[in-house]
Amino acid sequence: MKKLVSSLLWMVVSLGLITAIAAAVLSYVHEVTEVPIADVERQKKTEAIAEVVPPFDNDPMTDTWVDSESGCTVYIAKKGKNIVGGAVESYSPDGFSGRIDVIFGFDAEGTVTGYRVIKHAETPGLGAKMEQWFRDPQGRRAVIGRNPSVDNMAVAKDGGDVDGITAATISSRAFLDALRRGYESFKKSNNTVR
Amino acid sequence: MLTYLSIIVTAIFVNNIVFAQFLGICPFMGVSKKLSSAVGMGAAVTAVMALATCVTWLLQYSVLVPAGLEFMQTIVFILVIAALVQMLEIVIKKIAPALYAALGVFLPLITTNCAVLGVAILVTQKGFDLGQSLTYAVATAIGFTLALTLFAGIREQLELVNVPRPMKGVPIALLCAGLLAMAFMGFSGIKIG
Amino acid sequence: MNKLKIIYNGLVKENPTFVLLLGMCPTLGTTGSALTGMSMGLATMGVLVCSNGAISALKNFIPDSVRIPAYIVVIASFVTILQMLMQAYLPALNDSLGIFIPLIVVNCILLGRAEAFASKHPVGDSLCDGLGMGLGFTCALTLLGMVRELLGTGRVFSVEVYPERFGSLIFVLAPGAFIALGFLIALYNVIKNRRSSC
Repeated sequence: MKKLVSSLLWMVVSLGLITAIAAAVLSYVHEVTEVPIADVERQKKTEAIAEVVPPFDNDPMTDTWVDSESGCTVYIAKKGKNIVGGAVESYSPDGFSGRIDVIFGFDAEGTVTGYRVIKHAETPGLGAKMEQWFRDPQGRRAVIGRNPSVDNMAVAKDGGDVDGITAATISSRAFLDALRRGYESFKKSNNTVR
Repeated sequence: MLTYLSIIVTAIFVNNIVFAQFLGICPFMGVSKKLSSAVGMGAAVTAVMALATCVTWLLQYSVLVPAGLEFMQTIVFILVIAALVQMLEIVIKKIAPALYAALGVFLPLITTNCAVLGVAILVTQKGFDLGQSLTYAVATAIGFTLALTLFAGIREQLELVNVPRPMKGVPIALLCAGLLAMAFMGFSGIKIG
Repeated sequence: MNKLKIIYNGLVKENPTFVLLLGMCPTLGTTGSALTGMSMGLATMGVLVCSNGAISALKNFIPDSVRIPAYIVVIASFVTILQMLMQAYLPALNDSLGIFIPLIVVNCILLGRAEAFASKHPVGDSLCDGLGMGLGFTCALTLLGMVRELLGTGRVFSVEVYPERFGSLIFVLAPGAFIALGFLIALYNVIKNRRSSC
């Protein structure tokens, strides 16, 4: 086929055609993937909630309470009519490299039942260890099974009762800051929802 | 005010675009052989980055989001940046020939500078408002210029050094960049406000 | 031109990372582990093969004066498609590669191959060129990722080789990316010189 001559009209037509085809293809793919993408987001959250809170039989995704002060969302877990605990979407702005997002689970008394780090940009090998570190039963590392109303949830360096990650005090502080913020919101939700 | 200061310090030193975020490495390696061209490239990137971030931010929040077309972000942004660079080139050529003589050669290279597109996308991900976005863009560009000029200074010295033959040129330059990145790591964890 | 030769050319002789030094940002930014490096390489390869094929098929329709914007539209469309597919079906991978997925658009390899190869050669050859260049890029990224992961954490593809405490964390962090790549390119030069002097 012969190469077509460059004329202004043809320039506009060809570029317009390519853009139109691209736009059509993109919106088709968008339509196909829209539902799976939304599902993925939802599933990520549902899984995290199910993992951190005690067994429940309601749908915590629809049973939520938002702490207007801190902005944390509390997902309430119920069994029958009783509140058995809740998952709190908490955060701390003070990570080593910016904000961290963590979901914490509490039982009805406020004891920490689990957590999952959703988003962070901490240093690999140091601060990034938080996903495992605060589960480790060794020493006073674990936060799971402890109640923030009894134990002082701060690193030992600051006079608290938790052993922070070695060589990553700032990340540890941020993690515990998120925990305290989450606990406050959970307590508030407990007082208002009941 | 404090947020602006914190954005500036973070973008220039703590999360330096070249050494911590790995964006804009191509011009960083390509245009850093001479100090004078490094400064020119830095100035051109600053101008384009500030302008491009403003325009893409406005487009994102006044067209794409209301129309539910966020998925078209990549394609719209890159076209806007390409068009902006072309326009800037034409305008500078007309009104400031002296400036064009100094910056002209760098402008076409900027379209494929991933730092420009990167910053435009990052500010929408971080949820900055227009003022913060502009501050972030300018500060990032300053950080880029800083990295580029520091590195160009080192490379000018490197020309005179006798290095093993396979290490000549790019490999030794990369090692130096690694050492610079290590120095910049010293800034991490700094916090203002 | 022989199709195998085109692939070999991209894989070894004109390796985009070690020889042409193209696409440095993802090369350094996504090679913290072998797996992310390889995924980034494969993602880029996918877009490269598609865009090379499409541009080669369209080359007679696109007037010379608007070819660059036309190429950018084609490439950006494929990248957006890839982005949406990854968000939907490979969310974990998408999170770890982050901003480097949309930034495939400005990877110099794509526009470079469109301009230097696909706009002048038939569709079949262009597909092979995309495959070869993409493979070359993938191999380089996987190799760099493996080296960094091994030296940094003592693992390769998350399989432990030696205990983590002997690893040197710096290789997973930013400076290690520059240093490891510098030494790999030097190594490539040594091998090439040996070969040509024999």
